[in-house]
Amino acid sequence: MAADPTHRAIEAVFRIERARLIAGLARMTRDVGRAEELAQEALLAALTDWPRSGVPGRPGAWLMAAGKRRAIDGLRRAAMQERKHAEIAREREDERCLSIEMIEAGIDDDLGDELLGLIFAACHPVLTPEARAALTLRLVGGLSVEEIARAFLSSEAAIAARITRAKKAIAKARVAFEVPRGQALAPRLASVLEVLYLIFNEGYAATSGHDLVRPPLCAEAQRLGRILAGLMPAEPEVLGLLALMEIQASRLPARVGAGGALVPLPEQDRSRWDQLLIQRGLTALARAEALGGGDGPYALQAALGACHARARRAENTDWRRIAALYDRLGTVNPSPVVELNRAVAHSMAFGPEAGLALVDAIADEAMLRSYAPLPAARGDFLLRAGRNAEAKVAFEAAAALAGNARERDFLLARAASCVKNRG
Amino acid sequence: MRVMVFVKATEESEQGITPSPEVEQMFLDMGKFNEELVNAGIMVAGDGLKPSSFGKRVAFDGPGRTVIDGPFAETRELVAGFWLWEVKDMDEAVEWVKRCPNPMPGPSEIEIRPLYEMEDLADLIPPEAAAIHDGVGEKLAKR
Repeated sequence: MAADPTHRAIEAVFRIERARLIAGLARMTRDVGRAEELAQEALLAALTDWPRSGVPGRPGAWLMAAGKRRAIDGLRRAAMQERKHAEIAREREDERCLSIEMIEAGIDDDLGDELLGLIFAACHPVLTPEARAALTLRLVGGLSVEEIARAFLSSEAAIAARITRAKKAIAKARVAFEVPRGQALAPRLASVLEVLYLIFNEGYAATSGHDLVRPPLCAEAQRLGRILAGLMPAEPEVLGLLALMEIQASRLPARVGAGGALVPLPEQDRSRWDQLLIQRGLTALARAEALGGGDGPYALQAALGACHARARRAENTDWRRIAALYDRLGTVNPSPVVELNRAVAHSMAFGPEAGLALVDAIADEAMLRSYAPLPAARGDFLLRAGRNAEAKVAFEAAAALAGNARERDFLLARAASCVKNRG
Repeated sequence: MRVMVFVKATEESEQGITPSPEVEQMFLDMGKFNEELVNAGIMVAGDGLKPSSFGKRVAFDGPGRTVIDGPFAETRELVAGFWLWEVKDMDEAVEWVKRCPNPMPGPSEIEIRPLYEMEDLADLIPPEAAAIHDGVGEKLAKR
């Protein structure tokens, strides 16, 4: 099939239209599994018809009409068998909207509302974040189960089961394929943004596996973020998240060194940062701020990324601004990890003693008790303050908590350097 | 993957933009198409270019550098506009280009060229060059 250029063209058209198709069909059938099947049937119809008749002028509308007609056939059969009056009524109503012209008009009026409805349904809080991510990649991103399994280092069977369970959970909860309105919007949007950032981070800071970064997964999260920003241009946190992803992704080419090890930010070759993505990130951030969203958690994190992106050399970094942004983030979105980063920023802006004061204030946090970066940061502050003996103890404590051998070796080397530096 | 999409120049585009109802309609259609690209999440960048009469070329020959002023003769090889898209594959890029309104009043051409990706370059950059890159990084970090 792939060898035939007409079939390849039809499949490419289908991939472009697939998410919108599923969205429209899910809204009609209120069943996302059925919507996927109908979309597939529409593809088969196109593969039969188009090689003879040519690709229609509005392929999206053609596929939607084919899918909807099949949906009605199915409803009609069910209604005949069970005489469900309600469904017959709904069918009549749907039939009136079935001509190609009406579907075309609907697509023109739609402005992506159906696609947004699908995104909100796939990211519904009744699902775990992992289930939301898998379902979103499948339905909206169009990734195959195999691709998703590879992305999350899971088996195809496990991902397929996760997606099936998620679809059932959505059906059971009677989730509407619509954009929530009013007060319901904010928490639901937060749930969508959480999923996009989870997908991005799975690519950016791969938690396990051979590759430390998986750029295609980042690209997919960015694409979804761009879609969302295109469809919801007045939501500052959507723009904030997009800015954050674009700016972080700009560093991907510099993030992995020759030996395959992660290169920390201060040591990255900044000439390899993608300036186009930085520009896109800065533009999205400016739009978020212009909408009054500069204080949103994603916009603040994007602003932090922007401080690094603007510094052509590590020593030009505006640490005072970074410290101020972390102060703000600690208020808006407090967490022990933010506090630790805040301590690091303050140590860079105002000296190691400032960092020590902040880090000692959070040393007893339960979440950080076995978190290697905390004693590692403490060791760094102590070393810079000239308290080498204490620094050595801190680095050794950090090494004992390190997650992998590479990190442990690095920390033990730092501990050893405390003694050398003394002489 | 990223692709660069070139709108090729024509005799008309080399004359510059003169206002007319057709041009106005083309801008409207192109605006709609650009919106579709944005909403599909594939648009990374894009712009139109002024005629080559505004352009310059620098010719290299050994150590020599010669500046040549536009306009340039081989109109069909000139570029009148470009996009940078993020797409799944070339098939998808081709389908998107087919949806583009004809950017010119007469017959015209759009060319799609994939960019080198990080993976391609990993094989292309000789180890010595990679070592120089990494050395630059280390020097920067120490500075």
